[in-house]
Amino acid sequence: MAKQSSFFRSVSRLYPHVKPVLPRLFLGLLSALLASVVALAIPQVLRGLINDSLGPGATVEAVWGSAGLILALGVAEAVLVALRRTFVINPATTVETRMRVSLYGHLQDLPVSFHDRWGSGQLLSRAMTDLNFIRRWMAFGAIMLVVTTLTVVIGVIVMFTMSWQLALIFLAAAGPVMVYGFRFRTRFSKVARRSQDQAGDLATTVEESVHGIRVLKAFGRSREALETFNGQAEELRQTEIAKARHQAVFSMVVTLLPELALGAGLVTGIMLAASGQLSIGSLVAFFATAAVIAAPVEFSGMLLAMALTAKTALDRHFEVMDSQNTITGPADPRRPADVKGALSFNNVTFAFDDAPDKPVLEDVRLDICPGETMALVGITGSGKSALLQLVPRLYDVTAGSIELDGVDLREFSVEELRTLVAVAFEDTTLFSSSVRDNVLLGVVSEDTDTREKILAEALDTAQAHFAYSLPEGLDTLIGEEGLSLSGGQRQRLALARAIAAAPAVLVLDDPLSALDVNTEELVENRLREVLAGTTTLIVAHRPSTVALADRVALLEDGHIAAVGTHAELLAGNGHYRHVIASLETEPRDLDSELSALDDAEEVSR
Amino acid sequence: MSNTAFGTANEDNANLSKSDSKAVRRRSLALLGSLIRPVRLRFWLTIATVVLSQAARVAGPALIAFGIDHALPALRAGNSLPLVLAGVAYLIAALAAAGLTALYVTSTAALSQAMLLDLRLWVFRHTQRLSLEFHEKYTSGRIIARQTSDLEALRELLDSGVSSLASGLLFMLFTAVTVFALDWRSGLVVLAAAVPMFFLARWYQKHSQMAFRQSRVVSARLIVHFIETMTGIRAVKAFRKERENAGRYGELAEDYRRATVRSINLNGVFQPGLVLIGNVCVAAVLLFGGFRVLTGDLAVGVLLALMLSTKRFFQPVDQMAMFYNSFQSAQAALEKVSGLLEEVPTVRPPRNAVELRDARGAVEFRNVEFRYGTGPLIIPTLNLAIPAGQTVALVGQTGAGKSTLAKLIARFYDVSAGSVMLDGVDVRQLATADLRRNIVMVTQEAFLFSGSVADNIALGRPEAPREEIEAAAKAVGAHEFIMELPEGYDTDVNKRGGRVSAGQRQLISFARAFLARPAVLILDEATSSLDIPSERLVQSGLAGLLRGTDGTGPAADSPAADGTSRRTARTALIIAHRLSTVETADRVLVVHDGQVVEDGTPDELIGGNGRFARLHSAWKDSLV
Ligand SMILES: Nc1ncnc2c1ncn2[C@@H]1O[C@H](COP(=O)(O)OP(=O)(O)OP(=O)(O)O)[C@@H](O)[C@H]1O
Ligand SMILES: Nc1ncnc2c1ncn2[C@@H]1O[C@H](COP(=O)(O)OP(=O)(O)OP(=O)(O)O)[C@@H](O)[C@H]1O
Ligand SMILES: [Mg+2]
Ligand SMILES: [Mg+2]
Repeated sequence: MAKQSSFFRSVSRLYPHVKPVLPRLFLGLLSALLASVVALAIPQVLRGLINDSLGPGATVEAVWGSAGLILALGVAEAVLVALRRTFVINPATTVETRMRVSLYGHLQDLPVSFHDRWGSGQLLSRAMTDLNFIRRWMAFGAIMLVVTTLTVVIGVIVMFTMSWQLALIFLAAAGPVMVYGFRFRTRFSKVARRSQDQAGDLATTVEESVHGIRVLKAFGRSREALETFNGQAEELRQTEIAKARHQAVFSMVVTLLPELALGAGLVTGIMLAASGQLSIGSLVAFFATAAVIAAPVEFSGMLLAMALTAKTALDRHFEVMDSQNTITGPADPRRPADVKGALSFNNVTFAFDDAPDKPVLEDVRLDICPGETMALVGITGSGKSALLQLVPRLYDVTAGSIELDGVDLREFSVEELRTLVAVAFEDTTLFSSSVRDNVLLGVVSEDTDTREKILAEALDTAQAHFAYSLPEGLDTLIGEEGLSLSGGQRQRLALARAIAAAPAVLVLDDPLSALDVNTEELVENRLREVLAGTTTLIVAHRPSTVALADRVALLEDGHIAAVGTHAELLAGNGHYRHVIASLETEPRDLDSELSALDDAEEVSR
Repeated sequence: MSNTAFGTANEDNANLSKSDSKAVRRRSLALLGSLIRPVRLRFWLTIATVVLSQAARVAGPALIAFGIDHALPALRAGNSLPLVLAGVAYLIAALAAAGLTALYVTSTAALSQAMLLDLRLWVFRHTQRLSLEFHEKYTSGRIIARQTSDLEALRELLDSGVSSLASGLLFMLFTAVTVFALDWRSGLVVLAAAVPMFFLARWYQKHSQMAFRQSRVVSARLIVHFIETMTGIRAVKAFRKERENAGRYGELAEDYRRATVRSINLNGVFQPGLVLIGNVCVAAVLLFGGFRVLTGDLAVGVLLALMLSTKRFFQPVDQMAMFYNSFQSAQAALEKVSGLLEEVPTVRPPRNAVELRDARGAVEFRNVEFRYGTGPLIIPTLNLAIPAGQTVALVGQTGAGKSTLAKLIARFYDVSAGSVMLDGVDVRQLATADLRRNIVMVTQEAFLFSGSVADNIALGRPEAPREEIEAAAKAVGAHEFIMELPEGYDTDVNKRGGRVSAGQRQLISFARAFLARPAVLILDEATSSLDIPSERLVQSGLAGLLRGTDGTGPAADSPAADGTSRRTARTALIIAHRLSTVETADRVLVVHDGQVVEDGTPDELIGGNGRFARLHSAWKDSLV
């Protein structure tokens, strides 16, 4: 029985969404009920009319009257059918849309660590397929389930009034059907869930195969990709067939048992009638009623399957909706009276969710003065990007704290913080819109002239003048749906975007990696001016990038191993030389380098 | 091909011209037909089960009638045989009905799943085959929309439609016969109902077609936006694009809702309309029959039977409306899918391929011109010969066309004029397998697929054993960090390789190329995110690979290197901004505006006073 409550618990979570439209859904239900009553009544009325009013000696008026009555009933049926739809469609689609929009909103809210785990196909299948199904279930499945149940219940009651013995026989079939129904429910739910998950995975695979098409083509691996996809699609097919098999067995049971009961009823009824315990009229009426409820009973297999699928769809939906957004601002956010841009990392420890016992950063201490440019240097995989992403709170520190002008980042409102901090990521993401919109993404000002000025300025700083010569200039659509650009062009636009936001703190993750030496130099010259008043944290792999910085922090084994100017570190820190110096004019003396490494354990404060 | 709706052109337009509309409809139906063809036997069997189960179901009431009319009197007369017969027959009918029902439920599922699988694979294969040029404008979101929500529409049709159509039609046929047998004049009245129904259906078809098309277009837009947001979630958050996105998505979702409501509302007129026509027809038959009863032309009993049959005749109309609804929906979806399938790859494998198993690796550009689509000329007339075994560095400003040149060699695009040759054979003449075995490119974006590290490296050569995968990783210096991952080579790198750092991603992609051991290796800034020590490791590994002396254990006996003639060297095209890579090259090409403006050995160029010399000295300066 625990399982059953879980069905109702899942479905009851729909209630808050459905509540405002409940009256209309109820009216829809009523129309559906009335429509089926009218549909059932028409044959009875016909019989009555023909037998009573149209017998020999009937009048012309009677004919007109009967036809009129039937016509009226017929019109009523059609109108009720139409009414059911009108009542239900708008509310159901509104609920669907609202759930869809709130799912999307919630997904945008959820932290990056959530998105690291979930494939976009899985999320998409929740937003589209699942919600579509839930809508159809609300508008049709649920209502029909109620109508069907009512029809059957009323039918059985009517059968009791005709012959309690026969009705009991019929009801006896209900027992096993219900028992089987429980088993069906658990099994079917499991398979339904599996098929929905597999469909989501399949969508993820499709997405990856398209985004990774260049790699697949470069290595000629389309066949292997197809095989993987085939494997998954085949699994989904098997699951779907397993699902159908469960449903088939249930339909069989639900058809067979009542029919068997009716067969037994037929024999019993005739024997009862023969012995005079039952009138023939009652016998006929009993079976007429049984015929009426036969269709709904058979239908119930399909309706039950639909309800269960809707339930698992709801579970999937709420699984995402229940994920907590851990990165939120406090109720009463603080902000420093005057944002100067002093950034300090106090004993910051950070571990990714999937490797909690292996912190990437441990006890990181680093102070960046307002307006200072700090380069972050470290070998591949040392945690530079991880450190940077802590600043706009894309991830939260596991322990310790980061403060901006003395205020813990977690005390800012998230939105405010992200206005103060602008980022250029190592892999550039441009959105499907114009160059202008992409660059101005983080700009707060609404004034057109100011915006144009900022735009021109940012493009100039990032040396992205090429944007003016694109087919439609700055209005050229770029991003996935637009024009493809070269790697360096994309990177410069992303840099321009970060600069344009004019933040208090600028976070740049290896922003010049795709630029040639000349362009790099040009960018750096301009960037130096811009960075002069902005606190900047910049990841550097090359000495040329380091040259932008006032000081350099060396990240090693999750700690900040040394802080100082480029020259200081170069002179005093072996690991730094190892990481950054590519000119090996004089032969390296590894031994002295290693000892220098130990000396350089002077951690900055 | 003259119509404007060929392929995916005009896909976002729901209001097609008459001829276009007809054309897409036709190709959609053709697609449906070609999906059914391979499973037609199963298709007919399914329909047969539906019909049989319907028959078994009809037998029930008949047996009840028999029981009451015959078995009861017989029993009263002391003969229980008819009762036993009726009971047994009922039992058999019940068993048959139940069994057949189960059979057709599974059979329908098997049928529809077979067709869906078929179509899924077809679409997948086709999208893989389509050229980059197509993918660049079509977006992944649309392909996903085709593969998910469009296929879903087809699935709905297959799951519910076919059986209801078959049983409904049959049922109507039988009842129609009954009606005609009872009174042919009333039969004509019933038939007359087909006229308004036909017009109603025509009306519905015309409007719902538009509505469903609209719905497909809008849902694809919704999906495209959704996917874009989720893949770019970091940037979305960092630049607070959430609100703007939510607004846009809200609009799209509302559009989608409106499109859905519109199609449902059309059905909401269509279905009750059919019911109404049916009911009016019943009233008409009653009127018509009633007067004839008055004149004595028709017996009252016949009239009753007639009325009940007429009423029953219109019962399946409901189901038929539902079928037609899902049919229209599926058809609109298939219009889009068939459009995608109709797209022809612009980069096509040759009809009569020239065989080239193991190329030496000589690359030549002969009078090559290139533009992306109809865009500006990126490469104006280029002539260039790279002898086999040479290591060539390609340098130049960003946007100069370096990647473009590289992609032409790898045949990601076809040249607009002239030809690119490998060992004297036009790359357009090579079979895809030969081309990809001989030329491998590490692209500027290091893309990893979700799956283990080993799987990602193995993409270079799927049949490679684990030792070779590890050897490749060792050769590029990726082994250490991989071993530090929680499950080593079996660690899942998450979607797009999010589990590893940018540099680590590049190392893994590099190892991939290493494993592939092609005759021509193209590296497009494959080390841009690496630190200097890692880069140095990669370079020494690369030098080994290129000289054919990498000595990475068993891998050295790869097909290209086996036999008597151990290969001497591979051709390499290296694009790099860090000139440390360039110094090790045999030859440097400086590209500017799609043209090679300098060409020589590194020493020659550094010694001169051209662009490269300037670039090089600037770079030297930048190092300290
Ligand atoms: N989502 C994640 N879950 C678990 N571990 C991760 C995740 N992302 C990165 N890592 C690991 O954390 C470490 C630091 O990664 P990070 O991206 O910060 O490196 P990085 O210093 O920026 O390197 P690079 O110079 O290559 O960009 C790496 O070893 C990486 O494997
Ligand atoms: N798919 C494409 N469609 C249209 N134009 C493109 C496409 N890819 C590149 N371009 C354009 O072609 C030109 C050359 O681009 P390419 O990618 O070859 O430059 P690149 O030399 O590799 O530059 P980078 O060093 O920045 O990677 C650029 O102006 C770019 O905008
Ligand atoms: Mg990084
Ligand atoms: Mg490039």
